[in-house]
Amino acid sequence: MSEHKGVMVFCETTGGKLSPIAAELLGAGRKLAAEIGQDLSAVVIGSGVAGISQEAIAFGANKVYIVDDPLLQYYLTDAYLTVMENILNQAAPSIVLLGQTEIGRDLAPRLAFRFNTAATLDCVALAIDPVTKRLLQTKPVYGGNAQVIQYCESDPQIATVRSKAMPAMAKDNTRKGEVITISAGLDPASIRTRILDRKIEISAGLKLEDARVVVSGGRGIGNAEGFKQLEELARLLKGAFGASRPPCDNKWVSDNLQVGLTGKIVSPDLYIAVALSGSSQHLSGCSGSRVIVAINKDAEANIFKVAHYGIVADWKKILPAFTAKVKDMVG
Amino acid sequence: MNIIVCVKQVNDPEAPPSSFKIDPAANKVIPPPGMPPVINIFDEYAVEAALRVKEKVGGKITVLSLGINLMRDVVKKPLAMGADDLVLLEDPAFADGDVWSTAYALSLAIKKIGVYDLILCGRQAADWDAGQVGSGIAEILGLPSVTIVRKLEVVGDKALAERVIADGFELIEVGLPAVVTLSNEHPTPRYPNVKGIMMARRMEPIVWKPADIGAEPAKIGASGSRAKLMKLFQPVRDTKCEFILGDTPEDAADKLAVKLRENKVL
Repeated sequence: MSEHKGVMVFCETTGGKLSPIAAELLGAGRKLAAEIGQDLSAVVIGSGVAGISQEAIAFGANKVYIVDDPLLQYYLTDAYLTVMENILNQAAPSIVLLGQTEIGRDLAPRLAFRFNTAATLDCVALAIDPVTKRLLQTKPVYGGNAQVIQYCESDPQIATVRSKAMPAMAKDNTRKGEVITISAGLDPASIRTRILDRKIEISAGLKLEDARVVVSGGRGIGNAEGFKQLEELARLLKGAFGASRPPCDNKWVSDNLQVGLTGKIVSPDLYIAVALSGSSQHLSGCSGSRVIVAINKDAEANIFKVAHYGIVADWKKILPAFTAKVKDMVG
Repeated sequence: MNIIVCVKQVNDPEAPPSSFKIDPAANKVIPPPGMPPVINIFDEYAVEAALRVKEKVGGKITVLSLGINLMRDVVKKPLAMGADDLVLLEDPAFADGDVWSTAYALSLAIKKIGVYDLILCGRQAADWDAGQVGSGIAEILGLPSVTIVRKLEVVGDKALAERVIADGFELIEVGLPAVVTLSNEHPTPRYPNVKGIMMARRMEPIVWKPADIGAEPAKIGASGSRAKLMKLFQPVRDTKCEFILGDTPEDAADKLAVKLRENKVL
């Protein structure tokens, strides 16, 4: 069996550039590659992506594999899996990193099973074991109540990394690297799913993941109407508003406002949690926030264990006064 | 239409975080005292999706569950909701596995069940949050898969699935048989009604042991795991919350805003 060497990063793209998660993965990959004394390569799969190779090199890759084909414009399991399988057979990396995104969550497991190896999804830390040189993968389990460190003995070692968990390298446009163009070589008949429609449902404006301020509501908000107050406060603070899972499941707010383990991961400077108990699943989505403020009438609520500032009171009495004071300050 | 739904019994994730305890010597979680286990919530969404397909196009739903100490009340809930059969892979040899050994055993059971058009799973289990077994089953059985789905319909010999993407959805068409994993954006799982509960009580699950499904001992449970567990721990949270008090709620709210301003947060 040929030896597996090197760290390979699956780089997602948005609007003709590397996605933020790709830059973060290259940063993490660069560190791991240095620790095992091996190279870092990037894989960019899509349509019209040939020009992205230089950006991948600038963010740390020694080598970039480009697969550019109209059939790859949108992610389809069979198409991307086949392409990745060919690249992995060619390049035989020891470590493969993907983002914990809708693509990574789908591609990583099937890739792992196809290669008879193990993947770990949603890693918040990666390290090289000093003795065995294997990849140590740390991920939250039990909804975030605990963490587990795992490794596997088979190659390639596959991990998806949580958004914003690891920093990107500073971009260095003087870096040089090798670009390898690979043809997709896909038989359209082998792609067993078809995209009939694709709809983006968020309103234009600030995305939750990018907001510097997030105001989030939980089950205690009680109805859709209550969220309008959070929306107003968020607007005043030039931020975005979100929710824990119950308001989404109850259809008080749209699903894509869900902050949490199976929702969005946010890391704003200020996270205001209103009438939100702070379940571990939810905290998984916001614990990276710089300052957490909690308003909840239950003094025992779990959110107070992670909040920096808190008020134990009914949010209906606190929020209007707080919003008015903020209006004063910023107006 | 033959539908197989894989469900997992887990500790109740709604248990208060303060009741969460680990046994560090065993690298295991201690089940919260006084709280019975439940069916993994995402698996309930899978059952609900199956019931909606059955309501529309007819068919049979077989529920499949791997585990030990499976409480009959708990694993029968899908039957009470309207599923038709229950097959349990219950044996110590199946325990302590990872996604590999679990997907392997479930795939063998699915092959033994023999007829299937749709295999439904929850997107991840509320204990290990691995999120891979559905995809693993698809890969082992050589089937197409659509993951993280919020709406599922069967039309002829194809399934139409709304797959959740970051800011919207994709409508995916896939030929059957296929594996689909369901997410909480799907309509809420129904409560079993009294008639369903009574019927479920009278039903006996089929229980299969490793030999019944032709499982190689080295490939199931802990023996078959490819992911090796090094450590299970609770990260230390050392934040100290500063509680803002006030004579009135308005007073407290005022003080909070001022404090945040002072600390350059606002």
